[in-house]
Amino acid sequence: MRRIPLAALLGLIFTGAYFAAALFAPLIAPYGMAEVVGDSWEPSSASHWLGTDSIGRDLLSRMIWGGRTTIFVAVCATLLSFGLGSTLGFFAAVKGGWVDQVLSRTVDLMMSIPSLISALVVLSVMPVTLPVLILVMGILDSTRVYRLARAVAVDIAVMDYVEAARLRGEKQAWIIFREILPNALSPLVAEMGLRFIFAVLFISTLSFLGLGVQPPMADWGGIVKENKEGIVYGIPAALIPAFAIASLAISVNLVADWVLNRTSSLKGGRGA
Amino acid sequence: MVAQRFALGLLLLFAASVLIFVGTQILPGDVAQSILGQSATPQTLANLREQLGLNEPALTRYFSWLFGVLQGDLGTALSNGQPIAPALGGRLANTMFLAATAAVIAVPLAIILGLLSVRYRNRWPDKLISTVTLATISVPEFLVGYIVVYFLSVQFRVFPSLASVYSGMSFGEMLYAISLPVIVLVLAVLGHMMRMTRAAILNVMQSAYVETAELKGLRPFTIIARHALPNAVAPVVNVVMINLAYLVVGVVVVEVVFVYPGMGQYLVDHVAKRDVPVVQACGLVFAGVYIGLNLIADIVSILANPRLRHPK
Repeated sequence: MRRIPLAALLGLIFTGAYFAAALFAPLIAPYGMAEVVGDSWEPSSASHWLGTDSIGRDLLSRMIWGGRTTIFVAVCATLLSFGLGSTLGFFAAVKGGWVDQVLSRTVDLMMSIPSLISALVVLSVMPVTLPVLILVMGILDSTRVYRLARAVAVDIAVMDYVEAARLRGEKQAWIIFREILPNALSPLVAEMGLRFIFAVLFISTLSFLGLGVQPPMADWGGIVKENKEGIVYGIPAALIPAFAIASLAISVNLVADWVLNRTSSLKGGRGA
Repeated sequence: MVAQRFALGLLLLFAASVLIFVGTQILPGDVAQSILGQSATPQTLANLREQLGLNEPALTRYFSWLFGVLQGDLGTALSNGQPIAPALGGRLANTMFLAATAAVIAVPLAIILGLLSVRYRNRWPDKLISTVTLATISVPEFLVGYIVVYFLSVQFRVFPSLASVYSGMSFGEMLYAISLPVIVLVLAVLGHMMRMTRAAILNVMQSAYVETAELKGLRPFTIIARHALPNAVAPVVNVVMINLAYLVVGVVVVEVVFVYPGMGQYLVDHVAKRDVPVVQACGLVFAGVYIGLNLIADIVSILANPRLRHPK
């Protein structure tokens, strides 16, 4: 194991802490997600470390449960967008010709509308539930992954070993998953960190607009929405999720940077 | 070249209108059902289907919608029965005012900061600028919004926390009212814009003619301003346009934070009310602006680069 630089180590620790809190929320959270335990907007005290929210729920518990929802939705959406985007991207690069044209132009078209606008348009007719949210976010985001995966795979698809595999008579699936995927993995993994952050910001924004995770379920964007009236009276409850989202974003970024640097230096800079 | 690019933009806009239509009308599930919810009676469902014209085939509905849009008729809102176009027009003007003010501040600031950090690259001004901008990128707009409200309007009472704009306000009053949303928007795009400007100019700085200029003994700032900048115009304009397009999206969230009567607020309200015609109209306008800005970016970069203007 090589030495991990300080920035990446910090990033790993914070990211790990957030994921651990999300996984073990039922064990860590001092109170239930929707349990009313005090007055509205109590200041922080020994029993409520971060104080209480607009209707008297413990804010620390809401944050932990909310992180669970936010991270769960973001992870699912990221996995979906990677599964879909990279498979289609590799497929387009291997096939070429009209398959590539049709897929690439479709993606261009989808990217010509800002993804927040597309999401709002679709959510205006679809019921707002977690699976629908994950599906919408995953599909919209897969266009970005598709672009990257295709760009990386086009370079790999002309390599001699891919040619050799083709001449051996390997099937399309073998070429995609056994020849191209292992060689395209490092830039994709680094990109995955960025897409995950994007998904966290996206779901928070939707929830903040009231069109994401629905109450009484908690999530970080929703906590901001619930407590935003407090800001005017100088109660900073709505700023706590801000801190959580920003620190998660920065720490995942640090880890992704490190992964990208490490893998690209191993392979003579091709990963960049 | 330019005409070709323009035609492509129109085609893209047309395709986007198809996509928006498909997104709301042909998705699985019944639009009338989801608008009315589970408690709808069969009679009200049938009425609404009739009113939306859902009994006609999708293609017919699409073309009647499209021709309406081309003649400036965006249909009527389901929630209050008013025609959409006049309501949308006023709000579009408000949004454009907000976005334009933010752009007027952000664009020169980003370019100057970009130039500065190239001039002092890898020294403390560069590092300071890039750390601060990285922080502003990592926080979503609505949170920046509340942080700004918390400090500037609650703790220090400098600016109003709500951006209420109404007709009859003088220009100065309007500028004061929107000061906070403008600050948030500027912060939201400044980071990206400055970093991309820096990268674009650094790219040019590596070319041979810049080295020549350095060896001639020109002052560093003259080299950047006279030799690097003109060649970086195309990428910088591209960066600016991409970020203005991003501004259009950021506006949606910022308007909700500051209860500003613009397009974004209008769209979000009507998504919650499941008012499909309004959502379609707003989606189309946003897509149009977005595609238009990207188109301008392409055209400018063609015009600024002789090698693209006269392809071999």
